[in-house]
Amino acid sequence: MRRLTRDRIISIILILPSVLCIALFVYGFIGYTVFVSFTKWSGQLIPDYTVVGLSNYQRLFDINDVAGQRFLKDLSNTAWFTVLFLIATIVIGFLLAVLLDQRIRAEGLFRNIYLFPIAISFIVTGVVWRWMLAPGTEATGAAGVNLLLERLGLGFLKSGWYTDPSIGIKAVVIAATWQMSGYTMALYLAGLRSIPDELREAARVDGASEFQIYRYVVIPLLWPITLSAVIILGHISLKIFDLIVAMTGPGTGFSTDVPALFMFDTTFRGNQFAQGASIAIVLLLMVAVLVVPYLSYSSRREAER
Amino acid sequence: MTAQPIRKSVRRSRLLIYLFLIVAAAFFLLPVYVLVITGFKSFQEVSLATMWNPPSAFSLASFQKAWSGSEAEGFRGLAGNFLNSVYLAVPATLLSAILGSINGYILSKWKFRGADTLFSLMLFGMFIPYQSILIPLVRVLQYLTIVTGPIVEAIASMPVPAALSGLPPWLAGFVPAYGTIGGLILVHVIYGIPITTLIFRNYYTAVPTELVEAAKLDGASLLGIYRWVLFPISMPGFVVVLIWQFTSIWNDFLFGVIVTSRPAVQPVTVALNNLAGSYIVEWNVQMAGAFLTALPTLLVYILLGRFFMRGLLAGSLKG
Repeated sequence: MRRLTRDRIISIILILPSVLCIALFVYGFIGYTVFVSFTKWSGQLIPDYTVVGLSNYQRLFDINDVAGQRFLKDLSNTAWFTVLFLIATIVIGFLLAVLLDQRIRAEGLFRNIYLFPIAISFIVTGVVWRWMLAPGTEATGAAGVNLLLERLGLGFLKSGWYTDPSIGIKAVVIAATWQMSGYTMALYLAGLRSIPDELREAARVDGASEFQIYRYVVIPLLWPITLSAVIILGHISLKIFDLIVAMTGPGTGFSTDVPALFMFDTTFRGNQFAQGASIAIVLLLMVAVLVVPYLSYSSRREAER
Repeated sequence: MTAQPIRKSVRRSRLLIYLFLIVAAAFFLLPVYVLVITGFKSFQEVSLATMWNPPSAFSLASFQKAWSGSEAEGFRGLAGNFLNSVYLAVPATLLSAILGSINGYILSKWKFRGADTLFSLMLFGMFIPYQSILIPLVRVLQYLTIVTGPIVEAIASMPVPAALSGLPPWLAGFVPAYGTIGGLILVHVIYGIPITTLIFRNYYTAVPTELVEAAKLDGASLLGIYRWVLFPISMPGFVVVLIWQFTSIWNDFLFGVIVTSRPAVQPVTVALNNLAGSYIVEWNVQMAGAFLTALPTLLVYILLGRFFMRGLLAGSLKG
């Protein structure tokens, strides 16, 4: 009995450093950032803790304010980006997984080709796609993908991509989808492989067509995977930063700007710490709304087992 | 219906499947094609009109320039930054894995009251946008530097034989402070705790508790059980975590750009972004630089892809 309590103490000592680090560097720091967002600290590196209440947040949502104009544009960009990115990665990932599940020759090779971009830094992806989607100029002629489309006789598809403010961030979705579709493919493929053959066989015996089997058996069974993919990719897309920095920057009229980049510019280039903190906290709340229900759901489900 | 048309339509649909898979593969390989052919072109051959054509002769000049820079044109090469990333990623990955393994062991086999809640609170740390902690992070690192700064100076100015003159500054870089590799290692290890703990906790949860109970009955202590029962079977867990952490730390940009402001100390992703953002650097040098930056994690993926997949799935298919 005595030894058990000694082990208990050792276990606490071993886990304590990590717990303290998370307590301070995650929760303590978030608390500090929340506090800073209520102050008027701006224009200097030395903190000014004069509390001004919610005014930093009010500016972010005030269309007549410079900060608000940029931030509201950022929110609409993020909404477009997240929705298009989720649809694209889930549809492409699911399709690829279903097709790869048809006893394909060289399946491993295909799988690796679809999945390798996930090992690459968003910075590399951004640098390469910035060049590929650069539309070219009158003087130089079409460049990159535009040139390729021209060569393939698909010249009507040419576009200004991310340089066209009416497209803006939607062009960045192409690069992000290229990078992350393999991830949903891998998730769905693992999911498909875990569905027992008997289930599909039973449906087949009952006279269901292949399409019906997917519609009524496979897709419902894959629902938890779709949920995971939405949470994981959704939170990545809300916080997207590296890819934008490397590929486009804020863009003409902030057409490719996102909250994470606005926060970075405001805080570390503009020294407006309180304003930057308020952007960070809104961003955190957006991610929390997505992630916290998922975390509590999965921990409750685990406790039930 | 006879067998003939069925077989025909099956064959046609299989052809369509392969066609779709190949078109998709072409989409995924397109950037690699551009990257590789542009990187291997000579400077004379690079032009917008021929950017999709393969090089007529292989030239390593772009790689040479991306690696060593060009004094005449006034930009730094990636060589030093590439090494910075190695010095950053290797120790940070090892430390993360050890920490994650211990945490996972305790949170799966020595659960105390509230252990699961604590774990959930920890997990939240891997989802937060780091923007929400950057302001205090910089301040805390600056405070830390008041203490560790003199240590950095002392080590960097250690008297050594001329042949070893590079050694003291290199060693000093590992001291955690604002603007050092050591500071970045600290940050990555701390913010790596949630994911590494998650992977190891899931891994150890799958180990039968009877094994641990039996060792307890035999009189083994907490550390003894870890050393003799769990650690020996932890290799697959370690491989997954090492790959995951190496990849994320190598690919990180945000912490690098915030913690290290001197170009000589920055990791390779930050340097690549600077290189590519500079108008004086030609595309082929940018592409060669992107290729060099991507190479280590790509190699890890190619050599250890199986474990890479497992890490991916571990991060999302929990519970």
